[in-house]
Amino acid sequence: MAATHAHGDNYINHEKGLWSWLTTVDHKRIGLMYMITVMFFFLVGGIMALLLRLELFAPNAAANVGGVLKNGDVYNQVLTYHGAIMVFMVIVPGIPAILGNFFLPLHIGAKDVAFPKINLASWYCFMAGAALAILTFFFKKIDTGWTFYTPYSIKTGTATVMMVLGAFIMGMSSVLTGLNFIVTVHKLRAPGMTMHRMPLFVWALYSTAILQLLATPVLGITLLLLAAEKLFGVGIFDPALGGDPVLFQHFFWFYSHPAVYIMIIPAMGVVSELITTFSRKVIFGYTAIAYSSLGIAAVSFFVWGHHMFVSGQSETAGILFSFITMLVGVPTAIKMFNWVATMYKGSISFDSPMLFALGFLFLFAIGGVTGIMLATLPIDVHFHDTYFVVAHFHYVMVGGTLMALMGGFYYWFPKMFGKMFNENVARLSFVFIFIGFNVTFFPQFILGAMGMPRRYFDYIPAYEQLNKISTVGSWLILTGFLLGLWAIVQGLRKGEKAPMNPWNSKTLEWQTPSPPPHDNFNVEPIVTAGPYEYR
Amino acid sequence: MSTDNSHGAIRSAHVSHHFKNATQEYDSGKQGIWLFMVTEILMFGAILVGYAIFHHLYPEMFEEGAKSLDWRMGFINTLVLIFSSFTMAISISFVQRNETKKAAMALATTVLCGAIFMVIKYFEYSHKFHLGLYPGRFLDVAKVGAEHANLGMYFGFYYAMTGLHGIHVLVGMGLITWLLIRTIRGDFHAQYWLPVEGVGIFWHIVDLIWIFLFPLLYLVG
Repeated sequence: MAATHAHGDNYINHEKGLWSWLTTVDHKRIGLMYMITVMFFFLVGGIMALLLRLELFAPNAAANVGGVLKNGDVYNQVLTYHGAIMVFMVIVPGIPAILGNFFLPLHIGAKDVAFPKINLASWYCFMAGAALAILTFFFKKIDTGWTFYTPYSIKTGTATVMMVLGAFIMGMSSVLTGLNFIVTVHKLRAPGMTMHRMPLFVWALYSTAILQLLATPVLGITLLLLAAEKLFGVGIFDPALGGDPVLFQHFFWFYSHPAVYIMIIPAMGVVSELITTFSRKVIFGYTAIAYSSLGIAAVSFFVWGHHMFVSGQSETAGILFSFITMLVGVPTAIKMFNWVATMYKGSISFDSPMLFALGFLFLFAIGGVTGIMLATLPIDVHFHDTYFVVAHFHYVMVGGTLMALMGGFYYWFPKMFGKMFNENVARLSFVFIFIGFNVTFFPQFILGAMGMPRRYFDYIPAYEQLNKISTVGSWLILTGFLLGLWAIVQGLRKGEKAPMNPWNSKTLEWQTPSPPPHDNFNVEPIVTAGPYEYR
Repeated sequence: MSTDNSHGAIRSAHVSHHFKNATQEYDSGKQGIWLFMVTEILMFGAILVGYAIFHHLYPEMFEEGAKSLDWRMGFINTLVLIFSSFTMAISISFVQRNETKKAAMALATTVLCGAIFMVIKYFEYSHKFHLGLYPGRFLDVAKVGAEHANLGMYFGFYYAMTGLHGIHVLVGMGLITWLLIRTIRGDFHAQYWLPVEGVGIFWHIVDLIWIFLFPLLYLVG
């Protein structure tokens, strides 16, 4: 790869050998290390998703099919690992750790993040936690679901403690990344890079970092208490000892609800970049988009109770949480309208990153609107723990975050590797993922409305037709991702040399060679204008 | 805190490549440490919320539990930690005045105080184990003669809170030992003391948390 650059000392060929990667403090290399590991976990979690869908292809009573996973115990385990891997190892770290690590310093004209060694340490934390969590699969499998609800997680004989410690360590990694980003944004901006000249992706990462810092410690202590409960029986969550299992849910969702915004806000940041670049137009309502990220982050701390509408909390609490949850829709809608307004009368080019951004708009709109439905107390009581909820959060997390991650990845691929990918294959990959996604998850809204409960490994024949469609959709998604992988691998192997700025973007990272040199910029940039000076 | 008379050559010798100058590096480091302390406080904050909820639900049970703690031991430990915070603080001041030997002595005293704290903790714990005062479901109700059926929860909180705090004390002792070695080696001086100050802030926060735990566990009731 390096040989094609006659005059290029860049971050890839700056040092050689595996050891130089494992000990690197270069944020760009750490971003790539995250990329490889997250892609691996995505593969594992994805295979588990396919297995779950295969199991649900037909009721177990049907001849030939059904019973792929032998029995409900195995199904529960696969379900748990699918959820835990996708949440803790793919979607939460995804955009901040890969694209954020790589591009945040480039975006603000810094040479590196504020604490490069801590950055590397957070990758090792992530790997250690992930290893601990995955190793449980080979000792005593865990079947609690990724939420580890008490009292089941305490009573079950499976590896709750080890899994929970793994999640705790991954949480530390998340805290360290967030801390690093906040200080980097505060202290390392290039001359002239005021807060209001930062790209919106940086604003999104900044808001996310605040969430990571404020929410994760609470999850940390919750998981430690759960481990202590299981090992030493401390009694805080155990009703037999006067404790309260619902307290676990309160603690858990006080983190894990903000965590869903840790998953989606960076995606919104990526989409802001893509929409303005490929519409050739200055983004509409820059400050509104920037501050709505902070707004979502702030409101997210007051809505955890909507996970507990049927937990036996007071009716007043339910009504309040229902109302506050709907407030999240306000800053979210601000963003949506601004993106649409940006495209209005723009010169839109449908390159593959833009396709993913448009896919994001479409899918996230469905996910968001069904979110408002679920925030409505009486509707949630009806839809609680049905496939409607499953469809909703897959639309938000996969349709939202993963679409943005893919779009951002194609957008920045030329900058990261100095090569172009095969545009047609990438577009085809989008088509398969987008159609496949809707085929998989839209029927689940209907299934949920019909009353099919989530987490079950078998169902009555009335649900068979829609489940068949859903499973076929999962194969389309698989095809789409394999095509995407092929586009990337072929791009790396024999892609054309990428120009410095293939999309004619205006942000700083495109003002440095592709791939960037070890110190990011050959000359320190001086910023004199906002990030999107199109027209 | 800072002695800003020296933007000269020695000071810039410590600047990492991605910082423009020592001031930027110092400010970044300090902000990072404080942000990390925010996460520490939030982590202990959640367990304090749990304590508050159950104290509200079972005031008599918490009262009964608090009686079996020896407030004298806790009080001595409080004094030990406050003194160690003082020695930690003066070590920074010595480093800033290039008085390396005195700084090393102060740091060594701080580690020693941490050790005394842990030894007292050890005696407290082993005494409780001896009496059968284990956490939660392991509480030996017959041996203890508990008036309240769920007295074990009080000790659940006691061991969880003091245990987590104790782990922090141990980590702090490790970090200060590392500082001590580096101080003797001459790494810190009037132009560079950021790690000493950073660990110092950590140590103060650990002390501060104990100052909340002591009245909550030992004195309430």
